[in-house]
Amino acid sequence: MSSVEVPRESLRDWLLSERPRSRRQAAFGRAYAGWRTFARNRLAMLGLGIVLALVLVAIFADQLAPYHPYIGDLRTTRLLPPAAAHWFGTDDQAREILSRIIHGSRITLFVVVLVAVLAAPIGLAVGTVAGYSGGLVDAALMRITDIFLAFPRLILALAFVAALGPGIENAVIAIAITSWPPYARIARAETLTIRQADYIAAVQLIGASPWRIVLRHIMPLCVSSVIVRVTLDMAGIILTAAGLGFLGLGAQPPTPEWGAMIANGRLYVLDQWWVAAAPGAAIFIVSLAFNLLGDGLRDALDPKGAK
Amino acid sequence: MKAGLSIEGLRVVYDDFIAVDDVSMRVEPGESFGIVGESGSGKSTVLRAVCGLAPRTAGTVSLIGAAGLPEPGTKAYRRTLQMVFQDPYGSLHPRQTVDRILAEPLAIHDIGDAEARIERALDEVGLGSGFRFRYPHQLSGGQRQRVAIARALILEPQILLLDEPTSALDASVQAEVLNLLEDMRRRHGLTFVMVSHDLAVVTHMCERLMVMQRGRRVEELSSADLARRHVSDPYTKRLMEASEGFRRGA
Amino acid sequence: MNEASRRSDLLVVDDLRVAFPDRDGGMTEAVRGVSFTLGRERLGIVGESGSGKSQTGRAILGLTAPEGRVTARRLAFDGIDLMTCPPKQRRALRGGRIAMVLQDPKFSLNPVMTIGDQIVETLDAHARVSRREGRERALETLRQVQIDDPQRMFDLYPHEVSGGMGQRAMIAMMLIAQPDLLIADEPTSALDVTVQLQVLAILDRLVAERGMGLIFISHDLRLVSTFCDRILVMYAGRIVEEVSAGRLHEAKHPYTRGLVNCLPRLGEDRHPLPTLDRRPEWAS
Repeated sequence: MSSVEVPRESLRDWLLSERPRSRRQAAFGRAYAGWRTFARNRLAMLGLGIVLALVLVAIFADQLAPYHPYIGDLRTTRLLPPAAAHWFGTDDQAREILSRIIHGSRITLFVVVLVAVLAAPIGLAVGTVAGYSGGLVDAALMRITDIFLAFPRLILALAFVAALGPGIENAVIAIAITSWPPYARIARAETLTIRQADYIAAVQLIGASPWRIVLRHIMPLCVSSVIVRVTLDMAGIILTAAGLGFLGLGAQPPTPEWGAMIANGRLYVLDQWWVAAAPGAAIFIVSLAFNLLGDGLRDALDPKGAK
Repeated sequence: MKAGLSIEGLRVVYDDFIAVDDVSMRVEPGESFGIVGESGSGKSTVLRAVCGLAPRTAGTVSLIGAAGLPEPGTKAYRRTLQMVFQDPYGSLHPRQTVDRILAEPLAIHDIGDAEARIERALDEVGLGSGFRFRYPHQLSGGQRQRVAIARALILEPQILLLDEPTSALDASVQAEVLNLLEDMRRRHGLTFVMVSHDLAVVTHMCERLMVMQRGRRVEELSSADLARRHVSDPYTKRLMEASEGFRRGA
Repeated sequence: MNEASRRSDLLVVDDLRVAFPDRDGGMTEAVRGVSFTLGRERLGIVGESGSGKSQTGRAILGLTAPEGRVTARRLAFDGIDLMTCPPKQRRALRGGRIAMVLQDPKFSLNPVMTIGDQIVETLDAHARVSRREGRERALETLRQVQIDDPQRMFDLYPHEVSGGMGQRAMIAMMLIAQPDLLIADEPTSALDVTVQLQVLAILDRLVAERGMGLIFISHDLRLVSTFCDRILVMYAGRIVEEVSAGRLHEAKHPYTRGLVNCLPRLGEDRHPLPTLDRRPEWAS
């Protein structure tokens, strides 16, 4: 019972129909309405554009980078200032900085995606289960969360990396372990309101099991605020990864991780400022883009504003 | 198989607040029974305690009318007794289509033939299949309440608990929903327990009613008595007069 | 108050229209050409949700949401043109000579200020008074809305009082500036029926004693018809009928008649209840 080809009805009308005729149309219509809200926000679109650009750059890094990211000619191209041949200049190892930033985008994206995939589900599960169960389960789960929240994130990540050993994978694990507690808090707070709602009482009356209620009725409502928060946190995650890299505990040389690149550039920051400035600007732009994107998502995904 | 409801000495206590205190009532199978009171009277809490949404501190709740009726708390009990909530804006999941909302009870109770049942349920409450894939925000208050009624009836319960089902609706929509409820009751031989602050609505829908105040029962009387204004308790009298509107110099 | 202002119309509304932007970038009218005049009387505006009754009240007060567009051939309060008068004058009128009571006191009272302070603040905004005089007048107003222990009420926060008490405090706050016109939008809908009548009785007495004009906006036809002198029935942004309150049973418009008939009444046995058959021509 799904036919996209409805005569004399544009795709837009089909999507915006107040009378969807199929499950698919209802789902697409909802997504499209969210997209319209999102697209109205210019800054959010800018953020989305930058993030998409980051993804494209990461995919096509090999084609886009004009030089090799690891190898430079130490005799002729050491610490050259920005010029037509090397847009962002070169570093102390004579490597071209633009090429390194382009390849570094892969690492940034890897960190961001992996942390999101690891931390968000943990936070969501802990928060919704704690919020819905209440009592002892809630107290136990939330005290664990509090313990994680009690330490500054970078310090905790440092401790984990120190235990696991340096390297980008361990840095990701450390960041993921330290970034789920806020998501658990958010999910719990939302669950506490949602579980009072009559529609939850109604499914309880129908006889749904607690697991079913949490998984199918509560989690979908918490997902959007967690997604928003994760997106807003991306900047922090990138900065923590960069911080670990800066301290030499994240990505190891010669990997072109942006934080490690800044660390490298700090020796020359007064005379050869571009070595540190270019990766710094990259971190700044990508962090800002994720923040703008998160703001836009907040408006588009807000379940209360479902109009 | 019709079922009625018996409540004996029901008491509901939240922390140190007594919401319901020693309330007993008996609703015969097929009867329509009303509970009237103002906010804080505990009328809704009685309903919630019957279906397990409020803690029962003391007293018993049981189904009556036939042998082998299920005990409260069992899955079969849930199929016997369903509820329609007051606020149609809060009783439907905001991210689920009507279709999902109606499919859920069928999935939980492993009832097959979902397609046909959903279509039939929507037809019965006067919505038709055109509404099947809409989200709650695409529905008016009255339409939402119809969906809530369809959800309650799709499990074919014997008893329907109605918690102020029309107080959030416009007057003309209230009439439509009340008519629909009466029609459903006739067609399925349902037992109703209806809670409302509106005496006129309760007397219209129910044969007998109980007046509650501050968690306690004030009196029980028949709608016929109320219609003839045979009221003994002063509180019920006040409610009755108030329901007729403002009187200058009163 | 002089005789002249008592005789003349307190409020003149002519062809009031309120429009809001819709999804497709156009404007949709919520109020479509409402006209009426109000003297020092109790006027009821009745309608169902979406009839434009609340938007009418908000437009008179200048409280329409910023994206909304208000137009009128004439919108005048006591000879002052509200459409053209400077915003500052309009603000001074609002809460001063024109006051408003909203449905839920919880949302209209400031939660972090005591009720007494809020009343004094309202007074301060419109008249110069000393602290002691402010307190005295606030207590006096609280007594007028039949609060038994005004001293205690003065120092309570909004969340510490019941709905009925909160609404009385709200009315007291509105009345301290001695308004000439009170617009009450569903002032008692959140209250229990018995409390509702007490609050109405207070309003009624104040209107009678002070000679205020009152616009009572409500969905409750029964309540309005027993409380007001005159009723405007609104449907889809227009006034479909004006009836005097005592003659509701003589209403001519099918919508009004439908509204009267569809309510269950004590002692009447009508199964099924008559329902409203909404006709498209009512909206045109």
